[in-house]
Amino acid sequence: MTEAHHHEEHHGELPFWRKYIFSTDHKVIGIQYGLTSLVFLFFGFSLMMLMRWQLAYPGKPLPIGFLVKWLGDSRMPGGIMAPEFYNQLGAMHGTIMVFLGVVPLAVGAFGNYIEPLQVGAQDMAFPKLNMSSYWVYFIGGVVMLCSFFVSGGSAQSGWTSYPPLSDVTPQSHSLFTGQSMWLTGMVFLITSSLLGSVNTITTIIQLRAKGLTWMRLPFFVWAQLVTGFLLLLAFPPLEAAGVMQLMDRMAGTSFFLPSGLVVGGKALNVSGGGSALLWQHLFWFLAHPEVYVLILPAMGIVAEVIANNTRKPLWGYKSLVYSVIFLGFMSFIVWAHHMFLTGMGTAINAFFQTTTMIISIPSIIILTALILSLWGGSIRFNVPMLFALAFLPMFGIGGLTGLPLGLASADIHLHDTYYVIGHFHYVVAPGTLFALFAGIYYWFPKASGKQMNETLGKWHFWGSLIFMNGIFLPMLIQGLAGVSRRLYDGGVSYLHAEHVLYLNKVMSHSAWALAVVQLIFIVNFFWSLFAGRKVTSDNPWEATTLEWATPTPPPHGNFLKIPEVYCGPYEYSAPGEDKDFHPQNEPYKKPGDQNNQEKR
Amino acid sequence: MSDTHHEDVHRHVKTYIRVFVALAVGTIITVLASNFHLGIILGIIVALIIATVKGSLVAAFFMHLSAERKPIYWVLVLTATFVVAMVGLIMFARRDQQGRQQGIFAVPAKHVPVHHAETPEGAHKE
Amino acid sequence: MSTAIEIPYNSTERPDTGLYNAKLGVWLFLASEVMLFGALFSTYVLLRTGADTWEHGAEFLNVPLATINTMVLIFSSVTMVMSWASLKMKNFGKYKLYMGLTFLCGVAFLVIKSFEYAAKFEHHLLPSTSTFMALYFTMTGLHGLHVIGGMIVNGYLWGPGSKMWQTDPERFTNRVEVAGLYWHFVDLVWIFLFPTLYLLPGK
Repeated sequence: MTEAHHHEEHHGELPFWRKYIFSTDHKVIGIQYGLTSLVFLFFGFSLMMLMRWQLAYPGKPLPIGFLVKWLGDSRMPGGIMAPEFYNQLGAMHGTIMVFLGVVPLAVGAFGNYIEPLQVGAQDMAFPKLNMSSYWVYFIGGVVMLCSFFVSGGSAQSGWTSYPPLSDVTPQSHSLFTGQSMWLTGMVFLITSSLLGSVNTITTIIQLRAKGLTWMRLPFFVWAQLVTGFLLLLAFPPLEAAGVMQLMDRMAGTSFFLPSGLVVGGKALNVSGGGSALLWQHLFWFLAHPEVYVLILPAMGIVAEVIANNTRKPLWGYKSLVYSVIFLGFMSFIVWAHHMFLTGMGTAINAFFQTTTMIISIPSIIILTALILSLWGGSIRFNVPMLFALAFLPMFGIGGLTGLPLGLASADIHLHDTYYVIGHFHYVVAPGTLFALFAGIYYWFPKASGKQMNETLGKWHFWGSLIFMNGIFLPMLIQGLAGVSRRLYDGGVSYLHAEHVLYLNKVMSHSAWALAVVQLIFIVNFFWSLFAGRKVTSDNPWEATTLEWATPTPPPHGNFLKIPEVYCGPYEYSAPGEDKDFHPQNEPYKKPGDQNNQEKR
Repeated sequence: MSDTHHEDVHRHVKTYIRVFVALAVGTIITVLASNFHLGIILGIIVALIIATVKGSLVAAFFMHLSAERKPIYWVLVLTATFVVAMVGLIMFARRDQQGRQQGIFAVPAKHVPVHHAETPEGAHKE
Repeated sequence: MSTAIEIPYNSTERPDTGLYNAKLGVWLFLASEVMLFGALFSTYVLLRTGADTWEHGAEFLNVPLATINTMVLIFSSVTMVMSWASLKMKNFGKYKLYMGLTFLCGVAFLVIKSFEYAAKFEHHLLPSTSTFMALYFTMTGLHGLHVIGGMIVNGYLWGPGSKMWQTDPERFTNRVEVAGLYWHFVDLVWIFLFPTLYLLPGK
């Protein structure tokens, strides 16, 4: 077992392409994931901005000449969005945001960069595997993007790809159809996630520094550990289902095609005997744990930022840990609450309704613990903290709006309406995305040695908060009024939607304004990278966790001296200390002190 | 990894051979059993039992699971739980379908008298 | 930037977990594979119970060939674990022999499989013919892909990868053990696949 950092034979500086392109260093890989996912996030956002024109001004030509020309007549005939194109945008917006944007950012970027540092390791357990994971993700992303350019366009059966529609749209054995490329892309993305989660879990279990016991781990690491298990065990059934759907499309099988199906007036020439519901079960078996993959790293980041900026330990660390473990476990047995309206009987509905209600408990415990952590704190309202604070009520709204959806009887009215869209966007957009922004502002100084501009950050924060609510609050209202989701015309042809149609304009204008506000962030990010104020300390936020015990930015190998851990992760404002924080790797001067701290 | 003594590994080798023989025998038994017309339920049960025994031998001895550490056990227990939940709940959902309730979910059908529709001319009623 | 990182517990075990990294890693990976094949088996269960009729595999699948294939895989599992045992006994020559045999068994399995598939296609039994055939081709096909993957790893460890025996014998032995765990799993899946597809009665 190596104790000290070996200074082995210097093999000479690595060439550029080994150092920055095909690097095995978790920090470089983390940044690769980060930049790639941010690009995908903005692209996925742009798809939605296009959709929002059609929703606010249905049937009106888009007044952006060059864009209409570039998109062409098949997508925007006469500048007016074709319904098929609207469906493509919808399906790809969801897919890109979830699988190419948020998860790679939350798990691939933050997980990769921060987690080895926080456990005191020199890198991930399997650095080469880590590098492969990124490039497999990249290829998956390229395949997804290319799917826009094949004949028939991209996937257009929702990000959920329900058969029989997805099986037969379009009817073609070719691999080069949008839907088949979507399935191929998903296989790459799932593989990337699986390999990544093996790395994450092994690193946390095996590479913790000396003294870093389980109950001394930062909550961010616990969150990533549980997330790793969710990805590891929940993704494979979707991979199996994806392979089966590919077989249906390309080899003419009938895994998901029932007998006697008629498409476009013609009976389908397949063996039949399949089950469309089978896809739904296998898809949601993944997709429900997937939403916890979206939120758990975010909760981890918020916990770190709150502890640091209240200058006190998190309230209820043990409850947080047990809750996140319980949450992860429960997330595997709630999936069919997405299927309440598929004709399942009352017994199975009751089962899933019950587990869904139960799973809200650990969520609430985590949120409550984070809120209670603010009590009595010396709160510093810097930009990361603003985002972290806003996360709390926003996730609260998202979570609470989920409850009626989890009750089968209420879900009858709300399923597949805009209420659902409002619910999950609240959790992911002013929820997870805010937490990820908090993480970027928080760890930017460590990764780059520069500070991001506070003023621009505050503009970014307030603008995002206001406009995100401008987009998603009306969705809850429209949904309660019964406006269905995935409607190409935004509800214009439905009488019951008439009185809430004006909200479409409110939402669209908020969305476009939100995009403008993000430009502030992009400018801030790159400008600070090159010309931002240099940090004067390795630990500018005066934090306790191990990532701050490295040089700035951390070199290959991370630590000048392998750290040893002497205390818990949030030793802030301990009585009798000379400063208001005690870094985890700092030994105690008097032997008795350590026990006093851990008894608190 | 700690050095395993030669005798230790030799003992292991003997075990591997024994397991191989057991697996080969198990395979033959499975094939032979399938020739008897055991019916569906018994057939599945027998096949499952033999396969499980064979699988357990592979896992325990070739994969050294019988001597493995706690973290591995817990991962596998967790996985097994989720597989059972996945298969079980999907089957449960299928059985508990509205309008197709069978067995313990059976809802006694209300008797609805059937009105015979008028037959079109020339058509025979079966 | 020097390449001087040493990840601990690659060759030796971490005291509190008793594991070296790759062993935990491969078991985690195998857990995900259990979920993958579990989903396919649950597909079999669901589609079979929902069907009015179901084929009796033995009537048109080649049971003798598949039985031989089962024996081939089981035998290859023995040679695989023997190759690891040989390394533990510091016998590199025997390791090469046993690992080579394992690889050849893999070849044999695939060759026999290709005869099977060819015969099916000749008789116009395609994946599209029925859900049973769809499952047959998909499950054995995915399994076959896993065999190929295992063979690539084993081939590497027999060939260019075996150089590590000179520089870091413990770590190399661990690599062979880990490859063996994967290979045994592939055998394990077949142990369940064979009776399910070939032997179970129809309805």
